[in-house]
Amino acid sequence: MSDGAVNEASDEAEDNGTTNSRRYFLIQATSAVAAVGAVGAAWPFVKYWTPSAKAKAAGAPVRVDISKLAPGEMLSPIVAWRGKPIFVVYRDQASIDALTTDVSGLADPDSANPEMQPEFAVNPWRSERPEIGIYLGICTHLGCSPKHVVTDNFEESGQGGFFCPCHGSKFDLAGRVVSGVPAPDNLEVPPYRFESDTVIVIG
Amino acid sequence: MDKTEAQGSKSGLAGAMEWVDARFPATETFEYHMSKYYAPKNFNFWYYFGFLAMFVLVNQLVTGVWLTMNYVPSGDGAFASVEYIMRDVEYGWLMRYLHSTGASFFFVVVYLHMYRALRYGSYRGPRELLWLIGMVIFIALMAEGFFGYLLPWGNMSYWGAQVIVSLFGSIPYIGPDLMEWIRGDFLMSETTLNRFFALHVVALPLVLCVLIFVHLVALHHVGSNNPDGIEIKKNKDENGVPRDGIPFHPYYTVHDIHAMVVFLFIFCAVVFFAPEMGGYFLEKPNFEMADPLKTPEHIAPVWYYTPFYAMLRAATFPLFGLSAKFLGFVVMIGAIVIPMALPWLDRSPVKSIRYKGSISRIMLSVFVVSFFILGYLGTQAPSKAGTIAAQICTAIYFAYFVLMPWYTRVENTKPEPERVTG
Repeated sequence: MSDGAVNEASDEAEDNGTTNSRRYFLIQATSAVAAVGAVGAAWPFVKYWTPSAKAKAAGAPVRVDISKLAPGEMLSPIVAWRGKPIFVVYRDQASIDALTTDVSGLADPDSANPEMQPEFAVNPWRSERPEIGIYLGICTHLGCSPKHVVTDNFEESGQGGFFCPCHGSKFDLAGRVVSGVPAPDNLEVPPYRFESDTVIVIG
Repeated sequence: MDKTEAQGSKSGLAGAMEWVDARFPATETFEYHMSKYYAPKNFNFWYYFGFLAMFVLVNQLVTGVWLTMNYVPSGDGAFASVEYIMRDVEYGWLMRYLHSTGASFFFVVVYLHMYRALRYGSYRGPRELLWLIGMVIFIALMAEGFFGYLLPWGNMSYWGAQVIVSLFGSIPYIGPDLMEWIRGDFLMSETTLNRFFALHVVALPLVLCVLIFVHLVALHHVGSNNPDGIEIKKNKDENGVPRDGIPFHPYYTVHDIHAMVVFLFIFCAVVFFAPEMGGYFLEKPNFEMADPLKTPEHIAPVWYYTPFYAMLRAATFPLFGLSAKFLGFVVMIGAIVIPMALPWLDRSPVKSIRYKGSISRIMLSVFVVSFFILGYLGTQAPSKAGTIAAQICTAIYFAYFVLMPWYTRVENTKPEPERVTG
């Protein structure tokens, strides 16, 4: 008001209608450039939080030797891939047979959810080879690690499977979830391949 | 009833602002500090650096928080974790270079900010307290830089810190115990690293933020000085607005953003193309892990401490019953704190160098030159000629302050203008 510069600027704006629209355009353009700059500057700070090269290297595929695994057992000690427990079970013939017959109480017996297993594991035993089952030992409910149960996980058949102690979710020996428990999905099957008959590469 | 209707008719944003203002002085604070804070209209180049210092502070705080996410403050892990950040963490190299380059630029802008005060007499009344708060900020910043410098746990970090901590050992009687107390061990160790980490990432940043807040409160209370060194508040219009003042916002906010863009060009050029700055910003021996059994060939602090380091080394003889070692310590501490006395040393009838006499101009010039020479000498290995040069420059440094009451009184000054000039 008192200042000469302010007066001149407002007088000009009244005299010349284009001044205001030009000023508006310049403010908008500057703000747009500044916004792009702010996003660009923020990017490294966001990206900084993603897994580092070390974390990625630690998450590389792991080799598992199953030469000492006997029918009816789960590999012990439990191996870890990306820090998560991996269940490797050797199913005997009776268990394999049960997987195709005892399906009435299961929520997703046909592995319909494609996110829970690779393509090759869409079968009754949810594995590449019927006798060897490999599952991510993380309950699909809230992330506890289920226990391997050899027998009597299921009242009717007496079959073994996996039982989560946190909230009582039950899975059969192919990691398929029973209906009526909190867990919504079957146990995840990690990507893996057989390097030989006794060595599996997981990841 | 009428009032509620009036409120209801306001657009959403204005209504929301009114709601907030009834509960928190948002608009009032903004007006007091920005849109109705009248700064002199004749600010020049030298008035950018206060804002730039705050900008660098934000950079240091943000990148520092991010670095802390991956840094490990342990004797075994510190050096490796810095290498981990540099090589394996996404954009970790950028974060570290922004932080290390930011440290150097912090001192660049703060030194220029302080030079501005010397040039235009910004420390003079009524801004004595503003100046003192600023000096405390400067000292806190030096401490912050020193503590941070140990954290990479490189060999230069280690021995640099060792030398600075040993300075306290020169204090008669309590020295050796004080040194042990600072280190928490018989040598620089993990214990020292841990406490320096706590001070660097928590204590001093808090102190700095509070001090800078207080610095700004004091500034906005007394108002900014200007290159003419005259008080714009002495000449107000009928509305109580200084005739030579313009609202800080939008005039100086836009002005400062412009400075920030120019600053970023230079800053980013260093971050991306010369983050080590030929060994001045990141020193070569620091790419080796701390080794208590092997001192690097040549120990020098980072460039921003070298003027004071050179003055420390310039004390090669005992004086007034003080040993050369302790005298050096006293000289260095004296050099850091003596500017605090400036408001009472300057007896000139005018504030700005524009209207001061020729002795003041010459003194300020030789002071700046000697400060640069001391800075250079501090980076070099000690030599006979270098020591003599450092002694002369130290004398000039102190003469600028100690002789000021005399030369500011005897010289002829020019009359100050009534209104600010361009």
